[in-house]
Amino acid sequence: MSSLALGDLSVRYGQTVALQPFSDTVRPGEWLCLIGPNGAGKSSLLHAVAGLVGYEGRILIDGSPLDLRSTRRRAALVAHVPQSPVLPHDMSGFEYVLLGRNPYVSYFGSETAHDRAIVRDVLERLDLAQFAERRLGTLSGGEQQRLVIARALAQEAPILLLDEPTAALDIGHQQQALELVDRLRREHGITVVSAMHDLTLAGLYSDRLALLHRGHCVASGPAENVLRAETLSEFYGVTVSVHRDDDGTVIVVPRRTGPLA
Amino acid sequence: MTAVIAPSDVHAGESTSRRTWWIPGATVALVVAFLFGAMIGPAGPAWYQVPWEILDRLPFLAVDSGATDLQSTVLWQIRMPRVVLAAIVGAMLSLAGASYQGVFRNPLVDPYLLGVAAGAGLGATIVIVVNRSATASWPVDPLPVVSFVGGLLAVLITYMVGSAFGASKVPATLVLAGVAVTALATAVQTFLLQRNTEVVRQVYSWILGRLSTATWADVRLVLPYVIVSSAVLLSHRRLLDVLRVGDEEAAALGARVDRIRLTVVIAATLGTSAVVSVSGLIGFVGIMVPHLVRMLAGASYRRLLPLSVLVGAAFLIVADVPGRILSDPAETPIGVVTAFLGAPFFIAVLRTRQGSLR
Repeated sequence: MSSLALGDLSVRYGQTVALQPFSDTVRPGEWLCLIGPNGAGKSSLLHAVAGLVGYEGRILIDGSPLDLRSTRRRAALVAHVPQSPVLPHDMSGFEYVLLGRNPYVSYFGSETAHDRAIVRDVLERLDLAQFAERRLGTLSGGEQQRLVIARALAQEAPILLLDEPTAALDIGHQQQALELVDRLRREHGITVVSAMHDLTLAGLYSDRLALLHRGHCVASGPAENVLRAETLSEFYGVTVSVHRDDDGTVIVVPRRTGPLA
Repeated sequence: MTAVIAPSDVHAGESTSRRTWWIPGATVALVVAFLFGAMIGPAGPAWYQVPWEILDRLPFLAVDSGATDLQSTVLWQIRMPRVVLAAIVGAMLSLAGASYQGVFRNPLVDPYLLGVAAGAGLGATIVIVVNRSATASWPVDPLPVVSFVGGLLAVLITYMVGSAFGASKVPATLVLAGVAVTALATAVQTFLLQRNTEVVRQVYSWILGRLSTATWADVRLVLPYVIVSSAVLLSHRRLLDVLRVGDEEAAALGARVDRIRLTVVIAATLGTSAVVSVSGLIGFVGIMVPHLVRMLAGASYRRLLPLSVLVGAAFLIVADVPGRILSDPAETPIGVVTAFLGAPFFIAVLRTRQGSLR
């Protein structure tokens, strides 16, 4: 169980500021979901925490600064599921998930029996054992996505970053993947920060939403506070109607702006 | 290595146990190729005498092969160094090729296409032109050093130019950059030679190599470089598998991508420059052998690198044989033989991998 504190975190690419100073504290076991239109800075925030881009400001895990740690040590604390992962088509599922053990293997070392046992355990728990010897290129998009999540779990990092984890999946696999993350969060107390486009799913699974727009955080809080028709209209430029289910689920439905045929 | 396969691997059993046969299989192939290479050749002992000659050299064994002293000398001073040198060169070029393909995540590159050989050749030419005799008394021969620096500069320029124009998305870009660097290095070399025609013979004997006149001194010259280079490259085989998911994901997994890439490129270039200095231009080995191994044993660098060493050594020993027989007593340069095999192979690789160049 680890907390993630961001203090005035900002990211710039040359002259372009991708993320304006952003501050937040994600509690241990909490799920924060970043929403916002394309180019709002969601991925930049995740990349900064994963150590993939330079940043200004502070990133603290359990109160200690992340940038003082070695690359490997950081990877043992933060696992990142990229938006469009590179999947070597002739790598086996087992080999792929085993890559997640890299933070625990020394430069010239090789994986121990313990590392292999963890990978087998992760594959077993995610019901992926049948894909251990299959090549990635022969698997469906949903199966591949579950293996990517399995690789992140094999990293045994207390912080899990998910960049559009469901973008490539059909509705059934979307639900499956998010249920999986939610289960792991409850079972292991993993702290999750995700970026998502589907607003209904974002509100459904996360504890808290942060709406980014052109690098600024413009709204933050529980789904019913952030997912409001006028807010979404202002920052996404869309016309939507927002419904609330009996169980508190916030449902965002796009509306047609032209006349119905 | 037995601890690697835990009892609970039984599920993954079938294919895992099949894979473990590749290394012994390739070792047997290398031994067979070595004997084959040693048995064939004009002069020297008859083929059936060769195994006994080899046994005789082993400690605590004294076997009479029936060969005369002269035949024995031909075997040990002419044929053997050539076979051993071919094995070293083949192993090194294949290992370097597989390693370059790994760090550049590009199945099309090899030491020649990246411009390493041309850069090393230019470096050697500069040393020879500047005045070979003046440097003869130096404690360290500058020729291998400068040719290594030339090779390294060439591959670094190729990489920088290639990545500036999107080699990460279009693998062929890196090859095109290598072609440009090769052309430039060759042009500078030609210019230098035209101005210093008296050293043309010296430079050409360096470029074409001297595999056909190999001696044990050549073996001793390249061996230290090859051992250091191979040790570094082989110890990176796990990390090359990590790099297969791309720079960004490898970094997120805790790999220091730039350091790995630089280390592997320097090691591969060191080994390549060293063998090029004795073998001359032998193209396509570094692309052919790793691809062959991938087709047979899969693309994991943990298997690919050691297998490339074994198969590359066996391949070049065998590829050197036709050169010795075909135009006897004149020699067909081995680079001609590998090009005859390699050019069609390269075209086939382009065709079959077009859809999956990542």
